Amino acid sequence: MVEEIGTTTDGDLIINVGPQHPATHGVLHLVITLNGETIKKVEPHLGYIHRSIEKMCESLSYRQFIYVTSRMDYLSSHINNHGCALCVEKGLQIEVPARAKVIRILMDELTRIASHELWWGAMAMDLGAFTPFFHAFRERETINDIMEETCGARLTMNYMVPGGVMLDIHPNFRQRVHDFIRLFKSKVHEYEEMVTGNIIFQNRMKGVGLLSAEDAISFGCTGPTARGSGVSCDVRKYYPYDGYEQLAFDEVLETAGDSFARYMVRIRELHQSIRIIEQLIDNIPEGDFQAKTKAVLKLPKGEFYQRVETARGEFGVYIVSEGGTTPYRIKFRSPGFSNLSALDHMARGSKLGDLVAMMGTLDLVIPDIDR
Amino acid sequence: MTTEELKSTLLELFPAAIPEEGGEWLAINVAPDELHDIALRLRQEQALNFDFLFCMTCIDWKTHLTMVYHFTSTRYRHNLVVRVKLNFTSPEVATLSDIWQTANFHEREVYEMFGVNFINHPDLRLLILPDGWEGKNPMLKSFEDPINMIRL
Repeated sequence: MVEEIGTTTDGDLIINVGPQHPATHGVLHLVITLNGETIKKVEPHLGYIHRSIEKMCESLSYRQFIYVTSRMDYLSSHINNHGCALCVEKGLQIEVPARAKVIRILMDELTRIASHELWWGAMAMDLGAFTPFFHAFRERETINDIMEETCGARLTMNYMVPGGVMLDIHPNFRQRVHDFIRLFKSKVHEYEEMVTGNIIFQNRMKGVGLLSAEDAISFGCTGPTARGSGVSCDVRKYYPYDGYEQLAFDEVLETAGDSFARYMVRIRELHQSIRIIEQLIDNIPEGDFQAKTKAVLKLPKGEFYQRVETARGEFGVYIVSEGGTTPYRIKFRSPGFSNLSALDHMARGSKLGDLVAMMGTLDLVIPDIDR
Repeated sequence: MTTEELKSTLLELFPAAIPEEGGEWLAINVAPDELHDIALRLRQEQALNFDFLFCMTCIDWKTHLTMVYHFTSTRYRHNLVVRVKLNFTSPEVATLSDIWQTANFHEREVYEMFGVNFINHPDLRLLILPDGWEGKNPMLKSFEDPINMIRL
């Protein structure tokens, strides 16, 4: 039950933020207990976009269920698809062709850049600046165009399938990625000048929303949220998949644990993703883009777990199979769900205005939380 | 720690746990009333240091429910699966939210989706489902939605 909105007996004010609120980027509902301007408690009420994807997947075949997962974290849809495809491949022991592996990593990293750029623009808008949003979208559109050409979609790609990728890359792909890298490198200094070095943004983010490393682990935070607190947790480093172990890139870590640290992790990750793309774009091996698989996939009886690093953190796919053509039970461990659970802890004792900075740097995607 | 070393360490500490192999990671089956003690040891024992509960869910096997906990150690990077079998008549198990704070939200989700009661949970209420869904537990296999979007 939602508490009574209004003033409590000891003078605290209970207010609603959302479900329709521009700073929640979707339909997140927070019930906040305030004492003056100080936050005493933040209570998330979820489910406004809950579609019970896990239950739906129990009726869908191993080829079909991947399409639903694009609708969870729609900013990392490639990476969600990737995790599901890897999990099915693990169960069937399919060897994916080298070309498909490289294409997958390229797509993952392009998605990560697109996701971080949208986050950057939206977060700056939350804090009161409108211009960065347009700057971020200028580069992001280029990535969407690349995706559209190869996958036929701009948001819910459904490009990765068990055994590889659905179609080969478009002939223009290589050139357009090169163009994007050139464009990105010529523009990225604007990000630093507009927001990172801006004293107003720094004052609003530094020391706000502190999360210690112990708490970040205890709350199950992953991705840039945890790495901003100095927790080394990059799945690409610790449990590499599809050849990440052969690539040179650094896990970005900041130790301050505040909103600015989380901000800096994502900004620095942009450069690491570019570094990965540069290593691969001229070295896409020739060959098949998809392994030969049976038309109807049947996973052997057992349990399979696969984790991947999305733009928001560790995404886990847990399939329980009874040997049939559909999963018996499927569980998606979504990074946003665990990251959100730390919000109450972070926000207690800080001012209401700072809540927006905390939510912005948690990078919440509501369909990913509600599933 | 390799899987073999982990297995022998665990069996030394918890003679009652039943190990299970064949999966990707070592799994142990424990009784519901022992879960909290074992979980606390898993967290606090220096050689184990399972500080990260990265996935927690429930499976409906039609005859019984199984809680599945996935643990990892951020120091040693070893993984462990803990399974707890619950009966349908009184699905009850102790909360782990006092050991791992992430369990708070995950247990609320399992509570509303499967009807598992978590003893000593600080705030066991519906999280995702709207008011009025108490006791309906849509993720159970026996649940029939009058409007099934897939079979429509």
